[in-house]
Amino acid sequence: MKRWIMVVPLAVFLLMAVFLYKGLFLKPDELPSAMIGKPFPAFSLASVQGERTLTEADLLGRPALVNVWATWCPSCKVEHPYLNQLAEQGVVIHGVNYKDDNAAALKWLAEFHNPYQLDIRDEQGSLGLDLGVYGAPETFLIDAKGIIRYKHVGVVDATVWREQLAPLYQGLVDEAKP
Amino acid sequence: MKRGLAAAVLGLFLGLGVARAAIDTYQFRDDAERERYQQLTKELRCPKCQNQDIADSNAPIAADLRREIFRMLGEGKSNQQIVEFMVDRYGDFVRYKPALNGRTWLLWFGPGILLVGGFVVLAVIVRRRRRPVPAGSQELSAEQRERLAKLLEKERTHD
Repeated sequence: MKRWIMVVPLAVFLLMAVFLYKGLFLKPDELPSAMIGKPFPAFSLASVQGERTLTEADLLGRPALVNVWATWCPSCKVEHPYLNQLAEQGVVIHGVNYKDDNAAALKWLAEFHNPYQLDIRDEQGSLGLDLGVYGAPETFLIDAKGIIRYKHVGVVDATVWREQLAPLYQGLVDEAKP
Repeated sequence: MKRGLAAAVLGLFLGLGVARAAIDTYQFRDDAERERYQQLTKELRCPKCQNQDIADSNAPIAADLRREIFRMLGEGKSNQQIVEFMVDRYGDFVRYKPALNGRTWLLWFGPGILLVGGFVVLAVIVRRRRRPVPAGSQELSAEQRERLAKLLEKERTHD
């Protein structure tokens, strides 16, 4: 009987344990964005308020969060108060109202406060498609030159802000200073 | 009663199987275009409901992507251009047939390498077993013979 054969079950177990343990912390529903490092896609869309046409040039000049949201999305309601809070702290946030009913969006913004500097009205989802959005909420971080630097899928809350977005945002703000 | 219930449940499952595919009503120019549409929607993966292709998924995003594919087919884009359009936005993830590049070669050739490796190991084992045992190794040395005699002697005296 070869001694080393007795070690095989233990080795197999350890190997499986390593992979299964790693699997506990994987989030397969969060795709790595293909857009990181690419410029924000070109668009020409009305604002939610309807008073002007917005293009990608309006996003340039300072780092910002671009939050993709909709009134049909329950998680968006969850994260909305926190976005208000961030906006109050001076964080620049733009909103993309994604595949939504415009009247409902206006009502929502009036009712729950509007944290967005620009309200992009993407009723057809064309900008969302160019951004690789596959659900809402999604939040992009763009730098002053309009390059997408990071994407967060799901609700932005205090933990996400503190651990992921805030350091990156601060870094971009510092980078943008002359 | 019980049998009726079982039949109803079975019918339900069968029904689900049939109703699973999403239904769109697109008018294609010809059968070739329809076939390309079907092939593309089967080859691309839904980013939201990740274990379905976009032909099969009822998620709104899958419906949007199907509409985009239909639009691009109408514009005369090639299959490759359409797949590139999707990969540009959603990453390599959306391809059920991943491109062959530096990051995916192991995915493509790994199974083949494992198979060949298995055959090599098998061949080595078979050859080792077949190798005749060298002559002489079966013969006992004088020392061993002496020990054997002693043991046998011991055994005999015990009985």
